[in-house]
Amino acid sequence: MAGVRLAARPVAPHGKLTAFDLENRILSPDECLSRCELEALQLARLRQTVARAYERVPHYRDCLRRHGVGPDDVRSLNDIARLPFTTKDDLRDNYPLGMLAVPRENLARVHGSSGTTGKPTFVAYTRTDLDTWARLCARFLTAGCLRPGHLVHIAFGYGLFTGGFGLHAGVEHVGAAIVPAASGNTPRQVTLLHDLGADVLICTPSYAVNIAEVAAAEGIEPSELPLKFAHFGGEPWTEDMRAQIEQAFGIVAFDNYGLSEIIGPGVSGECVYRCGMHIQEDHFLVECVDPDTLEPVAEGDYGELVFTTLTKEAMPILRYRTRDISRLDRSPCACGRTGVRMSRVVGRTDDMLIIRGVNVFPSQIEEALLRVEGTAPQYLIEVDRPGSLDEVTVRVEIRPQDFSDKMSQMQALRDRIDREIHSVTGVRVTVELVEPLTLERYAGKARRVIDRRVTRLQ
Amino acid sequence: MKIPQLSLFLENRPGQLGHPCRELANAGINILTLSLADTQQFGILRLIVRDWKRAKEVLEGAGHVVNVTDVVAIEVPDRPGGMAELMEALESASINIEYMYAFNYRRGNDAAVVIRFDDPDAALAILQKAGFKIVSSTEVFDNMAG
Ligand SMILES: [Zn+2]
Repeated sequence: MAGVRLAARPVAPHGKLTAFDLENRILSPDECLSRCELEALQLARLRQTVARAYERVPHYRDCLRRHGVGPDDVRSLNDIARLPFTTKDDLRDNYPLGMLAVPRENLARVHGSSGTTGKPTFVAYTRTDLDTWARLCARFLTAGCLRPGHLVHIAFGYGLFTGGFGLHAGVEHVGAAIVPAASGNTPRQVTLLHDLGADVLICTPSYAVNIAEVAAAEGIEPSELPLKFAHFGGEPWTEDMRAQIEQAFGIVAFDNYGLSEIIGPGVSGECVYRCGMHIQEDHFLVECVDPDTLEPVAEGDYGELVFTTLTKEAMPILRYRTRDISRLDRSPCACGRTGVRMSRVVGRTDDMLIIRGVNVFPSQIEEALLRVEGTAPQYLIEVDRPGSLDEVTVRVEIRPQDFSDKMSQMQALRDRIDREIHSVTGVRVTVELVEPLTLERYAGKARRVIDRRVTRLQ
Repeated sequence: MKIPQLSLFLENRPGQLGHPCRELANAGINILTLSLADTQQFGILRLIVRDWKRAKEVLEGAGHVVNVTDVVAIEVPDRPGGMAELMEALESASINIEYMYAFNYRRGNDAAVVIRFDDPDAALAILQKAGFKIVSSTEVFDNMAG
């Protein structure tokens, strides 16, 4: 699978960012430990974590016993492979707070994730966990140009979702000022951005697109807003989408990654060299495994990320299967940080489709469509196996601005989509143009894949 | 001189053509003429109606993708060679026809065709010079039944 590999040089000053704004600054020396120092620290923390999980979390005690592993069996970092995995189902089975390693009275905060199916899951923090979390967010925000004196507009939800409160504490730790706009009421967001003149935007990338659209509709050119840069996270996005948002606002956009089960935002983030997101390895041990065999993938290959928390007090998590597909780059980064860099998440193991032996992610189809149409269209991927071969149909909703009364142009549009999908995925598909708003949407989120091969097997 | 034409994107499945016609009927809008171009996979329905602005709103409100393009309606003498003369005039001026369809319009001994040109203004100039009668939108809308 071809990935976007960025050149190892810092973002060139563009938009409203100067070379001074883009200076590489490192918040903590712990971000630059040598491999040797880092691994010694990781091992000590891993042993502590396993011991605490074993002693205080019945779920882990049972699991570790079943695996025939005790806390004393962790003698090197390689012994991580002997530990059991943790999945979202384990968290659900221990609903609501069955995985705590501290008494309830010691908790300082509870967050949750909605989960697209089934019960929500909760995660908990001690006071120390919240401090760690703030420091980790502050680190990646600093790596991505945030300085005291900036005004930061946070358009993440403040609630059970970890995005709002997590980044809020991180920005405070850096010493910058905050407009806690929260999410929703987009016209109001535009007014705030315009009138208060925030330097920095923090939200999901898709919400940034929405803000740009609403601003334009209200007669405000997004590029005329004072915004200089942005930190986006909370959902997968593409390099094309980054280019689009950067152009619309005239800003530099940084990517960050996190998930509530591990801590929330703060697991990893980009530096000014933007060649992947540095994982904060002194706090999280990362593995990249084949989702089927659960064995490590070859160096640099795509696989499922698995994280073990190394410092979490309230809810230590061993080998959490994120279902996120990414790959790791251990080559040195010019910024001086030594944390391994993860690529942007290209898909979820749940959505990975194997088409005639090739791994295809809906995000790749989306990337292809973005290249053709410029903005994210609505689409549905249908997979079937009428005979012995997989057949894929991609149904794309036509948008008013792409519709022409000329048949030749319509067919050219279809052919272009066809070619781009082939060039991104390496797989031939049938492209069908359909009328707008005809593809089903579920609770705001569009359904992207229907795999009929599954029902055929039953 | 140009006439606004509405085009609709249609998926190629049963019932697709009836829906927009019914929407217009419910809004009391009469279809003066229409033409359908289709492939195995999708179709483009082209319509001429008097109140095209309202028709566009009605159709868009019903979820259709609609665009408006200018077409030209030309009278063709209703006798052998009438059509050939028109085509020859366009060919000799290297004017390209994107598509055309017959127009359910009749005045005296003449019929009319609707033509979509890439450059309708250039086509109009050539045709007028060559002595062809261009049907104005008022004539189209007024001479039609309904
Ligand atoms: Zn770096």
